[in-house]
Formats: sequence, structure tokens, C-alpha cells
Amino acid sequence: MKTLVIAEHDNSRLATATLNAVTAAARFGGDIDVLVAGQGCDAAVAQAQSIAGVSRVLKVEAPHYAEPLAENLAVLAQRVAGEGGYRAVLVGATSFGKNLAPRVAALLDIAAVSDVVAIAAPGRYERPIYAGNVMVAVESDQPVDVLTIRTTAFDAAGSGGGATVEAIAAGPDLGLSRVLGRELSKSERPELGAAAIVVSGGRGLGNGENYHRLLDPLADTLGAALGASRAAVDAGFVPNDYQVGQTGKIVAPGLYVAVGISGAIQHLAGMKDSKVIVAINKDPDAPIFQVADYGLVADLFDAVPALTTSLSAG
Amino acid sequence: MKILVPIKRVVDYNVKVRVKSDQSGVELTGVKMSINPFDEIAVEEAVRLKEAGVATEVVAVSCGTSACQETLRSALAMGADRAILVETDAELQPLAVAKLLKAVAEREQPQMVICGKQAIDDDANQTGQMLAALMGWPQATFASKVAVGEGVVAVTREIDGGLETIELKLPAVVTADLRLNEPRYATLPNIMKAKKKPLDVVAAGELGVDVAPRLRHVRHAEPAARKGGVKVADVAELVNKLRNEAKVI
Ligand SMILES: Cc1cc2nc3c(=O)[nH]c(=O)nc-3n(C[C@H](O)[C@H](O)[C@H](O)COP(=O)(O)OP(=O)(O)OC[C@H]3O[C@@H](n4cnc5c(N)ncnc54)[C@H](O)[C@@H]3O)c2cc1C
Ligand SMILES: Cc1cc2nc3c(=O)[nH]c(=O)nc-3n(C[C@H](O)[C@H](O)[C@H](O)COP(=O)(O)OP(=O)(O)OC[C@H]3O[C@@H](n4cnc5c(N)ncnc54)[C@H](O)[C@@H]3O)c2cc1C
Repeated sequence: MKTLVIAEHDNSRLATATLNAVTAAARFGGDIDVLVAGQGCDAAVAQAQSIAGVSRVLKVEAPHYAEPLAENLAVLAQRVAGEGGYRAVLVGATSFGKNLAPRVAALLDIAAVSDVVAIAAPGRYERPIYAGNVMVAVESDQPVDVLTIRTTAFDAAGSGGGATVEAIAAGPDLGLSRVLGRELSKSERPELGAAAIVVSGGRGLGNGENYHRLLDPLADTLGAALGASRAAVDAGFVPNDYQVGQTGKIVAPGLYVAVGISGAIQHLAGMKDSKVIVAINKDPDAPIFQVADYGLVADLFDAVPALTTSLSAG
Repeated sequence: MKILVPIKRVVDYNVKVRVKSDQSGVELTGVKMSINPFDEIAVEEAVRLKEAGVATEVVAVSCGTSACQETLRSALAMGADRAILVETDAELQPLAVAKLLKAVAEREQPQMVICGKQAIDDDANQTGQMLAALMGWPQATFASKVAVGEGVVAVTREIDGGLETIELKLPAVVTADLRLNEPRYATLPNIMKAKKKPLDVVAAGELGVDVAPRLRHVRHAEPAARKGGVKVADVAELVNKLRNEAKVI
């Protein structure tokens, strides 16, 4: 039995989600191949080669893979999956994976399984539905399954492997889409999806200036990533990639600090698997307290600076 | 330009769902149903494109039971011109929905399909991408801005690291994210008018596609509820607990 992991990368670096997908692939118990399609992607290939547990890296270089566009990648993945006799094709459930996997599945005439959190055996998966309020066990008798992997449910695979690299032929350039531009948030802070500590702010902060004035120092003190509720993003306090929740990022850090967030189910869907949850909210009945390990009923404008001071005092 | 908007009838987002005691699924009897919130955003975008003179007709389509007529009426009340119900009582998985939508798209020949990015019940986030694949059309998922040009559409997408703008050749599939727009409320006169707008019912069987489920949903369960913890009196107690009890800092 063999599995294929589709690598997410920017030609120079693999996304962590790819390492989570390799760990999920290892649950199938067979050889793991990693498909790296790019242009000038030697660094990403070398990184894939060193992932523990990977047998082969399939390297495809062409100008039309310089950007990770779904149309060209899906046709390539369809061919590789079809020729390779894989039991499953896996990709991280990131915006890259969610965009690509269903397209690959449909080309293969296969049903895809989204956001897999457990693999009991080949063809037996578990996934959350209804914003994580229901877990469903899914069974498939398909010859090949196409899965997106919830990254918080599988540890990142380690390094130290020594996979072989095989260059394979590129697929066609369909010329259906092109990238006009990107605005990526730059941050010195840890990546939200992979951080050990997350500090998240909601509508209670009032505006973007308050958000940064109060939460930046707290996050700096803790070495934390910053997140937000949808209300905070919609109101323009912070960019979209800060959003935690059913329709934002799913996080499961060791410590999640929710500041001025009420705890709507759509928000809880993104953070309730955190190990320890702290909530700071002035409303003692806010639903966030039902999931918080430590709840502080207080005005955040007093409590957050006091917390930062107390923590930096060591 | 004609725009097709697939909409799904789902459990209202305010409802806390319960698993049936035999674990066969989620209790849907007596539960409030609504149009999937992302599909409302998709309808709004299509209607705005029509109001801006870019689109000529907005057709809403839903696949499911006859109860979906109600959902389609709410799309008509928002400004869609007509609606199509692909009627079936069968369980539809995203691949099946995509195949039914393909059959409708082949009849209707839209230049653009605007879906929701995900349905809030099954959270699959698949249908739009699958439809695009089956049609051989380009796709732009998680759209927060749509600008139609000559034979192309430029779409700004919400991706993990921020925003990305891509250009697609038309016809194309776009899936709507939350910040694409704020849907309007249907006014009473428009709700009345919607009752008279055309709503065609097509039996799914007539479309000649295989809609058999490929996956079995064998067991549903509510995840172990997280136990609420304690309330702390002040910042000092909080820091003490985090250091000495939880040991996370
Ligand atoms: C389809 C759909 C998808 C969604 N997806 C997401 C998602 O992915 N992520 C998400 O977060 N939401 C999502 N939502 C929105 C969600 O339902 C809530 O509206 C949102 O999470 C609320 O954000 P909030 O907690 O910041 O704001 P509010 O609910 O307004 O809460 C603000 C809180 O701040 C507290 N507060 C105010 N002032 C102070 C103060 N001075 N000191 C202390 N506390 C204070 C208040 O007591 C209140 O509890 C979605 C909704 C829908 C319909
Ligand atoms: C009677 C019935 C019972 C079911 N029971 C279960 C169950 O117990 N457990 C379970 O897990 N699943 C069940 N399903 C299947 C589940 O609802 C499907 O997986 C679902 O139809 C497709 O997934 P999704 O809506 O999350 O797709 P997504 O890919 O998330 O949907 C994205 C977009 O596609 C479009 N779209 C999706 N569905 C339709 C539609 N029907 N008509 C028009 N446009 C659409 C919308 O624009 C939507 O925003 C049942 C379905 C039916 C009809």
C-alpha cells in the first residue's frame, strides 16, 4: 500500500501542514511519496527528502507550477495518483489543500473527505461537522481516497529521513488562471496555526489601535501568536488571516488567551482543542467561560496591562 | 452575463445541533432551517453584479427535497430572477451535488457560478471546486472581492498568509467567503414579489447523473464536552495558576 502527499510550499520552504500530512499518511502503514511541483524548488525538494518516513520525492518543475494554482496542479495530481496506484492522496487542510483536494478528487471521480482528524484504518476516517459540534465516522470502499488533514490533529513529522528524488514529467499548462498579486501579512511572531501560545482578541477591544496597544505587548511577553474573532476581523482591527474559528484557522495551542471574545460556537470551533484556555471578559455569563480553564471576569482595559506587567516581572 | 448561484438549505447557524440517539445522524425534525450563510453572500454578490449592469440574469439553484423551495424563495426575495430545484430525497454528497450542478450548468450556460465556500452543516468545502473540475473551468475559492473584466474575472482570495488576487478566464467558478459583502435583508414587497418569480422543479433522475453516495457516515457522536474550569479572582491568581497549576508559562 502506498500513499501520496501533495506538498505545499513556496519553492523555498515546505509548509508545516505538509509535515502533518506525512504523519497522517504514515497511519496507512505503506510507502509514502511526496509530490513537489514548483519552479526553482530545489530547497523545498531537499526539505521533503529529509522528512522522516518518506520513501520518494516526486519532483516536477515547470514555469506553470511557480505559483500554486489549482487548475494545473489538479491535472498533474490526477495523473500521478492514477499511475501510481496509491491508496490515498493527502494534503493539509490549509487554504492550499482545501482549494486543491476537491478538484483532484472530482477529476478522479472520487469523493473527498475534508478535515480528517483520525485515521483508524485505510478507508476509516473521522471528521468534524457542524462547526465541530458533531464528529462523524466516515467509511469508504473507494480504490483511492482523497483527504485533507486537519493539522492540529497530527504532529509534524520529524526530519532525518533520506528519501530518493525522482524527476517526473510536467503536466499541461491549461492557462486558465494566473496570479495578479499577493498581500501577505508579515510578522515576527510565531505562525498562528503552529504556535504554542495564542493571544486572541475580539470585539471587546473596541478598535484596532486598542487591539495592538494591549495585545502586542502581551503576545511579545509570552512569545505568542496573535489571533482574533470574526467580529474583530470584520471591524478591521486586524487582517483576515488572524481569524480563528469554523471559517478561519483551527488552532490547538498549549495556551489560548481569549480577550474580549464572547465565545460563539463558530469561534469555539477553532480553538476548543487548546490545552489550556484563559478567558478575560467583563460579562460573567459570556459563553467563553463554559470552556475556559481559567476565567477572569474583569475589564480587559485594566486586566490585560496588569497581566503583561505581572508576566514580564517574571 | 448569466450567473448561477447554487444554494443549500442547512440547519440555521444559531441552532445547537444534537446527534440522534442511534448515532445515525443529526436530529433535523423541528429544527430551524435557513439558507447557508455563505450562499446568501453568493446571492448578494450576483445581485450586485446585476445591479451594476455586469450580469443580466441571476439563477438560483438548489439540490434536495421539496423543502428547498422555501430556501430558493429567500434567494428570489434577495433579487435572484428565477430558481431551479433539482429535487431528490436521496442523501447528496458534494460530488453528487457537483454532478447535478454540472448538468444544470450545461443547460443554462452561465458565464459564472458563485457558490458559498462551505456549507455550515457538513463543512465539506468541496462542491465549488468539484464543479469547476468537472466543467474544466478555473476556480477562485474564498473570495473577498470580485471584479469582472472583458472575458475574465479578478478575484481576491482569503488565503492562510493574507490575500491573493488571481485572474480567471470566464466561464469560472467563484466561492464566496464571509467578507465578500454584507447580504441585504429581503424587504416585505420583495418577499411578496418573489412568490411570483419562476421556480422550475427538475427531478434529479431526469438529469441522468450518478448521485449514489460514495462514503458512508456510519456513526455520529458529540465530542467530549470541555469542562469549564474555575473563575479566578484577579490577575495575580491567574498568573499563579498558569505558572504553578497548568504549568503552561
Ligand atoms: C457562517 C458563520 C461563520 C462564522 N465563522 C466565525 C469564525 O470562524 N470565527 C469567529 O470568531 N466567529 C465566526 N462567526 C461569528 C460568530 O458567530 C460571532 O459573531 C463572533 O465570534 C463574535 O466575535 P466576538 O466574540 O469578538 O464579539 P462579541 O460576541 O460581540 O463579544 C465581545 C465580548 O467582549 C466582551 N467585552 C466588551 N467590552 C469588554 C471589556 N471592556 N472588558 C472585557 N470584556 C469586554 C463582551 O462582554 C463580549 O462577551 C461566524 C458566524 C457565521 C454566521
Ligand atoms: C437528506 C440528507 C441527509 C443527509 N444526512 C447526512 C448525515 O447524516 N451526515 C452527513 O455527514 N451528511 C449527510 N448528508 C450529506 C451532506 O449534507 C452532504 O455532504 C452535503 O450535501 C454536501 O456537503 P456540503 O454541503 O458541506 O458541501 P460544501 O462543499 O461545503 O458546499 C459548498 C457550496 O456548494 C453549494 N451546495 C452544496 N450543497 C448544495 C445543494 N444541495 N444544492 C445546491 N448547492 C449546494 C453551496 O453553494 C454551498 O455553499 C445528508 C444529505 C441529505 C440531502
